[in-house]
Order: sequence, then C-alpha cells, then structure tokens
Amino acid sequence: MTATEIPPPDAALSPAGNPLGFGRMLRKEDARFLRGQGHYVDDLRLPGMLHGAILRSPYAHARIVSIDTSAAEAHPKVKAVITGAVLETLNLAWMPTLSGDVTAVLATDKVRYQGQEVAFVVAEDEYSARDALELIDVEYDPLPAVVDARHALDPDAPVIRDDLEGRTDNHIYDWEAGDAAACEEVFAKAEVVVAQDMIYPRVHPAPMETCGSVAHMDPVTGKLTVWTTTQAPHAHRTVYALVAGLPEHKIQIISPDIGGGFGNKVGIYPGYVLSIVGSIVTKAPVKWMEDRSENLMSTSFARDYHMHGEIAATKDGKILGLRVNVLADHGAFNGVAQPTKFPAGFFHIFTGSYDYPAAHCKVTAVYTNKALGGVAYACSFRITEAVYLVERMVDCLAFELKMDPAELRMKNLLRPEQFPYTTPTGWEYDSGNYPAALDEAKRIAGYDELRREQAERRAAAAEPGADPAAPLMGIGISFFTEGVGAGPRKHMDILGLGMADGCDLRVHPTGKAQLRLSVQTQGQGHETTFAQIVSHVLGIPPEDIEVIHGDTDNTPFGLGTYGSRSTPVSGAAAAVAAQRVKDKARIVAAAALECSPDDLEWEHGRWYVKGDPSKGQTMAEIAMASHGSLELPEGVEGHLDASVVYNPPNLTYPFGCYIAVVDVDPQTGQVKVRRFIAVDDCGPRINPMIVEGQVHGGLADGVGMALMEVIAFDSDGNNLGGSFMDYLLPTSMECPSWELGQTVTPSPHHPIGVKGVGESATVGSPAAVVNAVLDALQLRHADMPFTPAATWRAMQGRPLRPDLAIE
Amino acid sequence: MRVTMKVNGQETTAEIEPRLLLVHYLRESAGLTGTHWGCDTSNCGACTVWLDGAPVKSCTTLAAMADGHEVRTVEGLADPVTGDLDPVQQGFMEEHGLQCGFCTPGMMMTARALLDRNPDPDEDTIREAISGNLCRCTGYENIVRAIRWAATHQTVDSQEVSA
Repeated sequence: MTATEIPPPDAALSPAGNPLGFGRMLRKEDARFLRGQGHYVDDLRLPGMLHGAILRSPYAHARIVSIDTSAAEAHPKVKAVITGAVLETLNLAWMPTLSGDVTAVLATDKVRYQGQEVAFVVAEDEYSARDALELIDVEYDPLPAVVDARHALDPDAPVIRDDLEGRTDNHIYDWEAGDAAACEEVFAKAEVVVAQDMIYPRVHPAPMETCGSVAHMDPVTGKLTVWTTTQAPHAHRTVYALVAGLPEHKIQIISPDIGGGFGNKVGIYPGYVLSIVGSIVTKAPVKWMEDRSENLMSTSFARDYHMHGEIAATKDGKILGLRVNVLADHGAFNGVAQPTKFPAGFFHIFTGSYDYPAAHCKVTAVYTNKALGGVAYACSFRITEAVYLVERMVDCLAFELKMDPAELRMKNLLRPEQFPYTTPTGWEYDSGNYPAALDEAKRIAGYDELRREQAERRAAAAEPGADPAAPLMGIGISFFTEGVGAGPRKHMDILGLGMADGCDLRVHPTGKAQLRLSVQTQGQGHETTFAQIVSHVLGIPPEDIEVIHGDTDNTPFGLGTYGSRSTPVSGAAAAVAAQRVKDKARIVAAAALECSPDDLEWEHGRWYVKGDPSKGQTMAEIAMASHGSLELPEGVEGHLDASVVYNPPNLTYPFGCYIAVVDVDPQTGQVKVRRFIAVDDCGPRINPMIVEGQVHGGLADGVGMALMEVIAFDSDGNNLGGSFMDYLLPTSMECPSWELGQTVTPSPHHPIGVKGVGESATVGSPAAVVNAVLDALQLRHADMPFTPAATWRAMQGRPLRPDLAIE
Repeated sequence: MRVTMKVNGQETTAEIEPRLLLVHYLRESAGLTGTHWGCDTSNCGACTVWLDGAPVKSCTTLAAMADGHEVRTVEGLADPVTGDLDPVQQGFMEEHGLQCGFCTPGMMMTARALLDRNPDPDEDTIREAISGNLCRCTGYENIVRAIRWAATHQTVDSQEVSA
C-alpha cells in the first residue's frame, strides 16, 4: 500500500447497519452518556457511605510543628481524623512513586509544596467533612522555598528532601542519550550553529472530571473494592498490594466511566490511599473526590522542561546535528510515570523527523517546592517536549538562514526508502512517508497562497498611513514523529511490571462475543473500536461484541491506557485473539463439514469449502458446534475462546504535519488562530470518526498550551493556576474549525497495521501555533503561552518568563 | 429548610441546609447524577441545568434559589413518554459530539436552550453560545456539528417537548 492510498472501509454491513470491521460507526457507549446515565466514580452511592476531605498545606515549604485535631474530632458528624502520625503507626505515611522515589501520603515532618496533603477527615457528608477541615489547627514553621528550578542546585538552596538519608542537595538524576563526541565534531565544523533557550512551561491535564475514589474494605471477607478514576486499574491493584501489604487477590479495582484522563489518572494519589485507610478505620465505604483547585494544585502536572538547544547546519540548510541540555523540574517528589529505564521518558526521540547523523541530549532533574508529577497530559512520555524542541530549533534555523520553514523541512525530512530507520539516539522508526504528509498539509492549506497573502499584508503594513490595527499574519509548521504503544516488555516496565497487555475473547454458543481488555477508556471509544477490531477479523457484527474493561476481577492483567498504547498494544492483542479464534473455527468447521481444514476458505464471517461456496459454516454455526456435541479432532478442546498477552516487538511511530495560520492584533497582542490544518498518519483508521475526534481534542490542547495554559508560581511558591479562573482552558471561541487530512502508512509489525493516535495532536500542535505566532511577530523565539500580555511583551522585546510571576 | 421544586416535571422536596448548592440537591437529594460538577467557579459548565427555562450553572446556584421553581436536567431531555432522544442528543451521537461524556449533559442543555431561542444558528452563534461550557476531549468541532445536526433535524415533537 502506498502512503497516500486510503484503504476502503470493510464493505459489508451488519444487520444493524454497522461496518463488519473498519469504517465509520456510531459509538456504542453514547447511549448512556446522552441520557445522563454515565456512571462516574462520584455517581456511586453505597449504603452507609462516608465522605472524606483533605486538609492541604498553605505553604510551599514549612516544617510541621504541631497538628491539633481535637476540635475536628468533636464535630458531631465527623467519624475519623487521620494525620501523618496515625499513618506512621500503620507504616503508610509514605508510599513509593512510579519512579523509584517515595512520596508522602500525609506529611509528617515537612510540607514540600503548596497543596500537599496534611490531614484527612471522614464525615457523614462532604459538607461536614470540609467544615471539619477548618477545625484542624496546624502550626507551621515556614522555610525558604525552591521555586525557580535554575536555582535548585545552588550551593545555598534549601534541601527539600531531607527525609532521604544523606541527601544534601536537590539533584535527582543526570541522564544522557546520543553521542556527545560526534556532536562536538559536527558542531566544530558546521557553517551555521544556532542556539536557543526555551521553556516548556508547567501545564496541567485538567480533565473535566477530577480525581477521586470510593473505597470499601469489607470487614467480614477482607476484600477491598476501590472504585476509582484510573487509567490503569491493574497497575493500581498491584501497587496497593505492594504498598499496603494487602493480598492482591483480595483487591478489586473498578474504573467505571472516566471523565477524561489525559495522563492525569495514571498515578496513585494520596487521596486514593486515604479513602482506603478511611474505610479500614471506619469500617464503612469512604468516598473522596477532589475539587478543581485540589486537582490543579496537587495532581500530576506536565512538562516543566527548561531546554537549551543547539542546531548545526550547512549554509544551504542541511541539518547536521542537534544537541540539547534540559533542566527538568520534577517538583518535591520524583513521581513521573515513565518506563523505568527512561527517567526522562522518551525525550531522546528529540531528533524528530529529520535525517542527520549527530545528536546528544543531557537531562538533569531537580526537586523544587512544587507538586510532583511530570508525565501527564497526553505527552507520550515526554515526546511532546521533544517535538516542541526540534520543531522550534528547525524554525530558529530557518529564521537565521532566512529560508522558508516548509522548504527547510522538506530538505531534511527522512525519505520513505530509509524506513525502518534507526535514529542517532537508538529508536527504530517502523514506517513512514514524511514528504507525502508535508505535501498534503501544504496542499490543504494552500501554503503558497498563504505566503503570498502574508507578503502582501507585510508590504501594505510598511506603506505610509497603513492601518495600525491591521492584524499580523503568521504561518507555522510542525512536523512530528510520535512513538507509541509501549513496550516491548524487555525494554519497558513501570515499577517492574512489563508493558504487555492481556486480552480474552470468548465467543458464546450463539455466536455473540465478549472481549475483556486490560486497558481502560476515558472517552476514546474502546467499546466501539475494539468491537470493530474483532469484527474485522471474525465478521461477527460489532453490535454483537461486548467490550468489558475497567474491572480487575473481570479482565486480564495489563498496564492500562496512556502513551497512546491502547490500540497499538491491546488492539494487537484483540486482533491476535480474534485470529486464534478464527483458526480454531476453521478446525471446527472442517469437523462439521467432514473435510480437511486445508480445504476451507474464508469469507467474512464464514468458512466454506473451496470450489463449493454453498457448503460452509458461519461463525454462529461454528460457535454452536464448538459448544455442542460435535466430535472434534484429537487434542482440540471445545468452546471458542482465546487468551492473548501481547508483547509489542517495537513501538509504532505515527507521524504528521500541522500548519497553523494566526492573526495577531498588533495593538492588544491577542492571537487568533484563523486556520489549523492537521495531516495525520496513524496507519489504517479503524473508525475514522473516532480518530478524527481524537485529533480534534489534541489540537485544542495545543492551542491551549500555546496560547493560555500555564501553572506559574510566585516567589514564595504559591500556585497561581489553582482554579479555572486562573488556569485557562481553550473554549469554542479560541478553537478554529479544524481542517484534517491523512496519509496512510501501515505499521509493518502490528497485526492490523494500526499505529495509535490518541496523543499525536497534543504532541504535534503546540509547535505549529508557537511557530505561527513568532512568524507573525517576525521573532526568532519567545516562550509560550502567548497570552495577550505575553505577546505584547514579546513584541516590545521584553519577553516574559512564563513559569514565574515574579522574577 | 425545606425546599420544593419541579425537576423534569416531577415535584421533589427535601429538608436541606440553606447553603446546599443546586448541583448537590439534584445529585444527592433528587438522585439525578446526570448533572456533573466540574469546577466550583462557574467556568466549566458541566453543571448546566435549566431554571425556569433558562440555563444556569447549578454549582453556583443555591438549591434554595430554586425553591418553588422548575428545573430541567439532562434526564429531562428525551421525550418523557416515548423515550425518544431530543434532536440535540441524537445530533451529539450522529456527529460524535462527545467522548468521555462528562461535559455532555451541560453542553446539551446549553445547546437545547440556544435552539429554542434560535432554531437555525450559524457556526459563530453556536460557538459563542457554548463558550461557557468547557470540553477537554472534542476540540468543540463535533459539538458544533452536532448542534447544527440538531438544527436541521428539528421535529414538531421536540419543539413541543422543549417548549
């Protein structure tokens, strides 16, 4: 299949009019959501259920002198008040993070960021629980805070993690990839070297549903059930078993409908553990739901990378090398959720989509007095930062060479014949046709016409008497290569758990099927897409295939949904399981038809005798025969099931080209995104409607990060993004009508060729918008987000530090 | 204090604290969990319901303020007799206007109010009408299309139900 050839959807339709496999299909899950009958954690009500609330630190850094809970305990509706001292008696005051550090469940010695958990109240209702928080008297001894990551390693910086024995500074790790010596050589000889500092500010995934849980420890059976907002229910179960010493077979994690995740719901938060402790202490179910400020101030942030890039090239624009130094602000605890061997995630994919021999990166991570986290928000384990870096550096190079950024990219893109391609930092890109994607994006955008318009506007603006309010037009390009679908398990694990995922497919006697998955949807439409995958292989109508997920008692083990891994990993598991069922169905059909399996041919949903299509068995007939009295060949078991654990041989590498067109108001600094063109190649599209929806959402993320989203801090470490009045999300007014295109390059190693798409647009779009704004301003660089004030300052030559309100 | 209000045509009553928010009254006292809580500051619109025919954000409306008034929630969008979906609900399904579903009830209540006021809104009008409802999944594109779908598939029945 060539890159631009779009495969037709599976032609046949089911009795309900759905495609028997790939194609546009309305979502099965919509029926409940449209009627207000979704079932989110906060919708759960259990008999005798109590409510928890968390007292949080007002300080970024302070020693706890004393905590007096007596007045709260005297509140008539309060059932329990839990402090760090109580947890210490249970050996639960600290818990491991997903990256080998520990984090406080409730602070015992010090608070280390504003919003950190200090005490937990359990009461008869939520209002009373929150009332009682006011009755807790905590005496703090404030300490100087480390807010600016660039000063975290100063000799006189306060040591944040004095809980760790022998620790005398705020250094977490240094990590390198690539070849520093090769870079030295290339950079020393290069005709052109451009260096640029840039910040990818701290942002927050901010799903519409905040995090929460309902825990019920049954005092009779000893079984713990936790309904919780998690993207990875099985991983949570194992961690609870390891943390609390609870028997894993007595823990059931149920992840019901999840109101958006975007990475925010991968980690384990103190509130989840506290709801469990609360249930153990009170012997009743305990619900804890954070409010929006708690979500923004204390749960996994994203990014916070201070980057210094250097790009080397020839005078005519052939890139020779790229090197980068990163200062990574990890907050007060190292709680990033990356595969263990990759402390900076997949950042070392920063070489991007281009062909050059030399690359090197060094990442230094530090503690600061800010909330922990650092992987969330649809970033594919830091590929968002990597793509932003390289796409900004390429534009910086174009700026210095006075070259068209599209032309510069085309000159350096990897060529189709180079795939599979091993990058200078060791990734093996599976497949791609990058020039075709760039050409397609330019075609949809009418790129040459846009450049002509821009030139005319600039000429008009230079005329005497020109309109001072005439908008400044900018065009920005971003080309991205994503890497999704972690493992393979020998290279990738989280907390020692290999990144492979299980799947069980059972075809019932009447030919209806159930598919059980380890991954968990947060809106991606798994109940529809995965049914289509099975339908594609087996021809069973998708409406006859029920997808079961989000319940550890009823699904096979696997690491869950993040890093765009559901379709690349579990989608492969489902396809392989369906293929195994199909292979077994052939044997059963042969037995029923009294012929050899080799004599049978397949057409959608039916094995038939070669040369005699009238003699055959449908899947429904085969399913009944499998469960019936038909004598099967020696060694063939009855029933029609398959269990698969899929261990991906490599990541899949979706890619795409995005073009943003912006107008900047020269008098106010307001940026309007006039157009946004997104060409994505994620391999064949199982359900194009869902794929496009995934892209739309990611593009809005990109506009948000480029133009408004930032969690800044003042010099005392006060979080200045603690509500939706301060942390701005894009609305329908800031988002243009997205213009989508596609090319199709299947993955050669995925059973059905698909690559995953969930995070592509979030990864690729911020650089396009930023490049467009800077093109409009004719500046080489300024840091996002381009709020009107920041844009105005950049136009005046006084760009702002986005991460700090006060320098 | 005791409050009484009609919710989706049904009279409800409960003894409440005066400070109880309408969103919590609907979810806890009336048992209608289709209305979601998302932000506390009136920004996100997940809690949007109708109070006497006009959309309000129920996270910043006291239940006491609805005493003696009529409230309509997402559970009251479909035809109460036949269960048929309102064109807005159908449009959200047809055009993939929802993903995680969390903002959807508030978004649809806002959309229904818009279409009752303006049965044929253009894209700009739709975007402005839903600008007080945040969605983190869809990038709004398909929500706009869903509301356009509803505008072009209005039925006499739905007009009567929503009136």
